Amino acid sequence: MGDALMSLLSHTNPGFIVILAGMLAYVIRGEIPRAVVTIGGPLLGLAALVLHSALSEPLATLNMMDMTFVLYQVERVSIVFGLAFLIAATVNSIFALHNKDPLQDSMALIYAGAAIAATFAGDLITVFVFWELTAVSSVFLILKSGTPEAYKASMRYLGIQILSGVLLLMGATFIMGEFGTLEFDAFISEGEGLSLQDDPGAIFLFVALGIKAAFPLLHNWLQDSYSKATHTGAVVLSAFTTKLAVYALWRFFPGEDSLIWIGAIMTVFPVFFAVIENDLRKVLAYSLNNQVGFMVCAIGIGTPLALNGAAAHAFAHIIYKGLLFMSMGAVMYRVGTTKATELGGLYRTMPFTAIFCIIGAASISAFPLFSGFVAKSLTMSAVGYEHMTIIWMMLLFASAGVLEHSGIKIPFFAFFAHDSGKRPKEAPFNMLLAMGIASFFCIWIGFPFLGGTEFLYGLLPYRDEAMVYLEQSLWTTDHVLTQMQLLVFAALAFIVLNRVKLYPPEKRGVVLDFDWVYRRPLYHALVWTGAVWNKAGPAMTGAALRLSRRVYNHIEATFSPQGELSRGPLSAGMAIWTSIVLAIVMVLALIVGPH
Amino acid sequence: MLIDVLSLLPESWVRHLPVLVVLGPMLLSPICAAMPKWRIAWALALFGIITSSVFAFALLQDVMAHGRISYALGGWAPPLGIEFAADMLNAPVLVLVSVIGVLATIFAMPTIVQDINEEKRSLFLSAYLLCFAGLMGVAITGDAFNLFVFLEISSISTYVLVAIGGSRDRRAFTAAYNYLIMGSLGATFYVIGIGFLYAATGTLNMADMASRIPEVADSKTIHAGFAFIVAGLALKAAMFPLHQWLPNAYTYSPSFVTVFLSATATKVAFYALVRLLFSVFSPELEFQQVVFTWVLAPMAAVAAIACSFQAVFQTNIKRMLAYSSVAQVGYMLMGLSLASAAGLSASMFHMINHALMKGALFMAVAGVVMSLGSSQLKDFAGVARKAPWTATALGISALSLVGVPLTAGFLSKVALFQAALMQDWWWAVVVLAISSVLAVLYVGRMLETVFFKTPGPAQLQVKEAPLMLLIPLWVLALGSIYFGLDASFITSLTDGAANVAFSGGQP
Repeated sequence: MGDALMSLLSHTNPGFIVILAGMLAYVIRGEIPRAVVTIGGPLLGLAALVLHSALSEPLATLNMMDMTFVLYQVERVSIVFGLAFLIAATVNSIFALHNKDPLQDSMALIYAGAAIAATFAGDLITVFVFWELTAVSSVFLILKSGTPEAYKASMRYLGIQILSGVLLLMGATFIMGEFGTLEFDAFISEGEGLSLQDDPGAIFLFVALGIKAAFPLLHNWLQDSYSKATHTGAVVLSAFTTKLAVYALWRFFPGEDSLIWIGAIMTVFPVFFAVIENDLRKVLAYSLNNQVGFMVCAIGIGTPLALNGAAAHAFAHIIYKGLLFMSMGAVMYRVGTTKATELGGLYRTMPFTAIFCIIGAASISAFPLFSGFVAKSLTMSAVGYEHMTIIWMMLLFASAGVLEHSGIKIPFFAFFAHDSGKRPKEAPFNMLLAMGIASFFCIWIGFPFLGGTEFLYGLLPYRDEAMVYLEQSLWTTDHVLTQMQLLVFAALAFIVLNRVKLYPPEKRGVVLDFDWVYRRPLYHALVWTGAVWNKAGPAMTGAALRLSRRVYNHIEATFSPQGELSRGPLSAGMAIWTSIVLAIVMVLALIVGPH
Repeated sequence: MLIDVLSLLPESWVRHLPVLVVLGPMLLSPICAAMPKWRIAWALALFGIITSSVFAFALLQDVMAHGRISYALGGWAPPLGIEFAADMLNAPVLVLVSVIGVLATIFAMPTIVQDINEEKRSLFLSAYLLCFAGLMGVAITGDAFNLFVFLEISSISTYVLVAIGGSRDRRAFTAAYNYLIMGSLGATFYVIGIGFLYAATGTLNMADMASRIPEVADSKTIHAGFAFIVAGLALKAAMFPLHQWLPNAYTYSPSFVTVFLSATATKVAFYALVRLLFSVFSPELEFQQVVFTWVLAPMAAVAAIACSFQAVFQTNIKRMLAYSSVAQVGYMLMGLSLASAAGLSASMFHMINHALMKGALFMAVAGVVMSLGSSQLKDFAGVARKAPWTATALGISALSLVGVPLTAGFLSKVALFQAALMQDWWWAVVVLAISSVLAVLYVGRMLETVFFKTPGPAQLQVKEAPLMLLIPLWVLALGSIYFGLDASFITSLTDGAANVAFSGGQP
């Protein structure tokens, strides 16, 4: 019996277990049984992942229509992502315990399960199915906010996610045509992906993944929807969609050169938006973009070190980003808003939430001793080793930016800054527990001698390279100092900027460092660009709306029940149409027929 | 196949299978008309159609085992006598029509009580049997003129069926009248075309015609005949822009008629088009290729987009589904105009799936309309709470219509995409993809209304549909799922059909 169960677990995609738990969660009405299912489901999934019986070979397949669908295949890289997803799913379930909302619980788990299942899928159609399932299930997490804006945002979100799925399917059709099969083993291997130049379907896949990963200019759905999701929904959303796309990019496009630039731009441009943004959850959404940029850039570089970096960064990021969203979710839950202008001074009554938020902030800013440092260092070093100076500069700037907007701005404005006079209660115990678990991971992974760093590096796809890096480069004085310098100066910049708001702008020119000298005008130029964009954006949207309304009116005038196409005496019109078709066919036949 | 029907039938019946599939319903039709109690007429109709479907299955098995079967009607040998011929192209159509017929007849029991006055019910069933026999006849016959006769048998009884809706909604009369005019136009064109072919080839037997056409392919008579036949049958199959009879006929006729017609009539007409284009004419003829590329394919593209748009804007659910049907005909025509075996197989595949899902959709709508009394979309708000079984089946079929994975609609769309890509018809893939997005819009609107909107007082009166309606409805809905998981049965049939069409149909 025990053996049978073990062997079943070892051949079951953990995602299926989580999806099943999600379905059960909707049916079960008792609170405690539901809690058992929502937390136990992901844990059972973890067990299944630990027990997986073999690497890089199909563990479960389904044969249909002359095609083989590989439902479960474990690769080294999918373990990293899958494990992070499963941890996130467990923590999210704990975080959402107070909600007592079967629909949200269930959809959050189905969404998580779909992402996990896609991570362990071994062919494109299976990935496509779960790709779409993540879209359809996650939309409820936005919808449940209940506001009209949330409704509209959720519909926009659904539309764009489905579009991504459709593109993925088109890409799959091409790959089917090119390779005759959709099983990954046939066309990609570890570190070897598709080529945008040589494989015609790759471009569709690339755009599909680009939408989900929120590439620049394809990113707006993310800020739009995440900031409108429910307070637990945003936590769940932050973990899966974009990272699933990162995983897919890792598999399909490692070493694709264009990703380096896309990623670098992705890290830089959200910084300006995040700095001027008032809604702290939107700030987090922008910084999510920026973080994914690091991973995308690393995937583009494609060396073993960089690919390790992307995977490690994703792992750490899923946890600390979730932690930050959880702390803001707790604030949202207690105060009802996450607008920076309406918050401040909350540390007095929400001390634990504040501490957890600071741990998350320290992690995302890559403070040494926190998880972000051990993960991001891999990427930064990989860029350095390739001597890509401009890219390196961009990433460095973005790192400083992360500290500005996520590392300092979030905890500072929410919990310190000017006292808003609000005295909300501390977050509920389940929220604190969830944040505590996430904080533990942030520290465990980042702090030396706890074994967490070794654990993470041991998981990475190129394990040997990772271990060498750990021993020779990570904790060198040089490296740690460089990072500290960057962080200190960025923090100084924040303090100064914050201070000089009281002074006329001319006096801002406090020279801190050469680094600061060149960054300050650039910073201002880009803040200005951001401001212009904020002005020009609505104008452009308005113009586009007017144009589309005109197009829509034309369409409606033609196609609606009162419209052109439905008018006129039917029989007469039809007779004429029939004659026209007859005439066309006959003329064509008569012209072409005789030789 | 699950049961070997063929071996259960006596040998003497097996020889007469081609005629038996038509004979039962046709003979029972006048008897039904004479029945004083309509329930007995219904039982007779059900019996007739079930026997017909058993024979159709047997015939399919026979064809699968032995290839083409020719049957000389009345012992007069073809090409002079009328020939009934079954092969892999029409045997699946016979099975489809008769299985849908059985389900629709079961469905008829509760709905005609509501829709039709008691004294007319026996007559109604009689007309229905005649229509069914006509459709089966179109599918089985091997004689071009006989096809016209059966087409008219089914069409004329269809006009009656549509017009019976007039006792509830008087607009059914004009719809039936328009349908009559246009249907006759189509039939006339077809028969004129056959006349031309007869003049050029001297025969009415399709197989015979096929062998003689290549010799006279350059004659203007053949070209004119071709044009008339394409225009006539395209009208019957509701090809854009010759579809305008369809929306009104589907909207205002009794629900039972809508279900039956949507799942069979255009499908049979489509089959007839395929039969004439591939087994009588041949895609290798140059003028036919030109017409495929420059007439049928563009029309199919316009249908897939324009009619999807029209569906998006409809306020009446039946009308919305009717326009969606025309758009789906566009999909099938697109596959056909690829003029490849893969394309034809994909479009037959889509045709069968579409019969399943549209039949189920109209059934589910009818189930709600029974207790709601309106088929306006806005009146469907939140009916899922009161009629969960009906609404779920509606949802499943709607998803299949969109082409969501794990439903049959998905597989046939993928097959169409692949077939189009094989010939580098990029634009066709783009067109069908856009049309699918539009389908998401109108289907999404319907599902949102049915499942998520708050029901008003009228909607709270809605009751679950009766069991006699739920059974056929769920058979079709589960069919959509089953064939979404394993469509090997259907694809083996449609591949066989495409094979027949491309070998010219003659062994």
